Amino acid sequence: MEKSGDDLMERVLLIGATSAIANAVARLYAQRGARLVLCGRDLPKLAEMARDLAIRGANNVDILELDATKLDLHEILLEQAWKLSGGFETVLICHGSLPDQDACLRSTQVALGEFLTNGTSVISLSNIVARKLTSNGTLAVISSVAGDRGRASNFLYGSAKAAVTAYLSGLGQELRASNINVLTIKPGFVDTPMTRHLKKGILWAQPEAVAKLIVSAIDRRKPVIYAPRFWWGVMTIIKAIPEGVFRRIKL
Amino acid sequence: MLPRGNGRSYGDSCLVPGGTLLRSQKLDKFLDFDPSTGLLRCQAGVLLDDVIRTTLPYGWFVPVTPGTRFVSVGGAIANDVHGKNHHVAGSFGNHVKSLELLRSDGNRLALDEEQGGGIFSATIGGLGLTGFITEATMQLKRVPGPWLYSESIRFENLDQFFLLSNESAITHEYSVAWIDCLAKGKQLGRGHFIRADHAPAPPGYPAPRARKKVVPFTPPFSMINGATLRPFNWLYYHRQLRKRKGSFIHFLPYFYPLDAIRNWNRIYGANGFLQYQCVLPPSSARDGIAEILRQISASGRGSFLAVLKEFGDVPSRGVLSFPRKGTTLALDFANSGEGPFKLFKRIDQVVAEAGGAIYPAKDAAMSRMMFERGFPNWERIVPFLDPRMESGFWRRVGMT
Repeated sequence: MEKSGDDLMERVLLIGATSAIANAVARLYAQRGARLVLCGRDLPKLAEMARDLAIRGANNVDILELDATKLDLHEILLEQAWKLSGGFETVLICHGSLPDQDACLRSTQVALGEFLTNGTSVISLSNIVARKLTSNGTLAVISSVAGDRGRASNFLYGSAKAAVTAYLSGLGQELRASNINVLTIKPGFVDTPMTRHLKKGILWAQPEAVAKLIVSAIDRRKPVIYAPRFWWGVMTIIKAIPEGVFRRIKL
Repeated sequence: MLPRGNGRSYGDSCLVPGGTLLRSQKLDKFLDFDPSTGLLRCQAGVLLDDVIRTTLPYGWFVPVTPGTRFVSVGGAIANDVHGKNHHVAGSFGNHVKSLELLRSDGNRLALDEEQGGGIFSATIGGLGLTGFITEATMQLKRVPGPWLYSESIRFENLDQFFLLSNESAITHEYSVAWIDCLAKGKQLGRGHFIRADHAPAPPGYPAPRARKKVVPFTPPFSMINGATLRPFNWLYYHRQLRKRKGSFIHFLPYFYPLDAIRNWNRIYGANGFLQYQCVLPPSSARDGIAEILRQISASGRGSFLAVLKEFGDVPSRGVLSFPRKGTTLALDFANSGEGPFKLFKRIDQVVAEAGGAIYPAKDAAMSRMMFERGFPNWERIVPFLDPRMESGFWRRVGMT
């Protein structure tokens, strides 16, 4: 099970590592014997996760405390992460929160705070990572189908993710010459702690299924992945609805 | 309320109609593992599949495994599951060093095999009724790798089964027989005896890829009925042209043939199927099994899968543990209305008279009387029952 030589070693950085999807992705990489660096706010939870991943086969697991909303610390923390492993083949940005849309309407401060968490902080981290990745590397970011079109039920989240998606699209073009892949991950409804208060139905996916698609897309250097894949069809239709008609639908 | 692992019990021991299921699915972390001793501590939602995937590369395997690897550690303990190596290793509970039990009043109890006392043995095989198992520590067993060497021997009748079983108990770690329930007369109980041991594989053997055939739809009728069954049994029995055949086999198809077909239960149609598994003590096993086979043959209701195995004398640790010295028979029947249940009542009589028991994890029909006769010490778990835990099974056997 041991990989010989650093050039075969996969080094993966996960930001927002305690998220359910990140945990599932980390497990897949652990089974491949990768070296992992996990970043998040909850150190005890990260430590527990690290132990689990080490047992599952990770070559080495380091943890780093990182609060994505503290923008001015991004540079220095990412520098630390890079020092821990000597570089990364793959960086995954997975942090986020599901806003209370009504609370966002009532308070602009809350609204902009959510935009910071789900939009600005993601762009800030991506901007720094883009400069640090080297040839053959991948930046994979969890955006959302919600970013494909803003809906009344969720538009602070949707607009933040739309910003992320557009940013990654441009960044992907920019980095192509350096042989760095940018993967925009667009999950639909996923059963995780973030969505625990929502009623589940047939459209809901498990984090493990989403994780498999993510790792496969990273391996195959894809630019975008809808997870599960049927969401590509759903969003193609939703995006095609004329705005005038869309306004009248309750979504 | 009722704790629930991966829900692979066949009947209502993992259901609580009108109540709340406490699912351990997300409690799936490995907490500690020592690759030099094989001692593993993990949360109760970890599946045996995960345990194998994670520890086999280090040369370890689950000490006892049931017919599917998609059961949770908590579920394996709560049903005290057994496998083809019972005569050597006992059941799953025999390998649990300690566990943590969360009670409905919020108390977390750390129980271990030395000091666990009454509540430890009430929880092993306790079907979740003493509380929610959150984590457990178990001793794995050393294996040379993923391969086994297996021998398949055709036998002509029940007496030959017992001869083979006796002989194999000393020579092989794993043994089980598949039998033809529709055979009659001198051929009653004929079948194939399959025995195996872990083995290093000859180099160059490729591991099978996970070949998952999914049964993607539920047919409107059961594909298993009298018409389909008889020729299948005959063909299956005769498939082995040589009487004795041995080969290397990977652990996946040896232990988990049905896991390769996801949703195999759909073959039985929307009504599903029923399982009946009983154990008869050594003194009455041969005659009891013969009588049960005669009843089944007479009913015309066949079993797609009929498994026969002798348990060994490693004592089980749980008050409600099913495995005990004797012979166990497991049968499937299409759930086609009254018929199977009437047959079960007739088989119950044979089991009761023989002094045997029925396995709760498979059961959908056991009466209170059969429960009390099969588990005469059942009252020992009463002081340790969690007042808020209940299951369909527990209600059905009249305990609530």
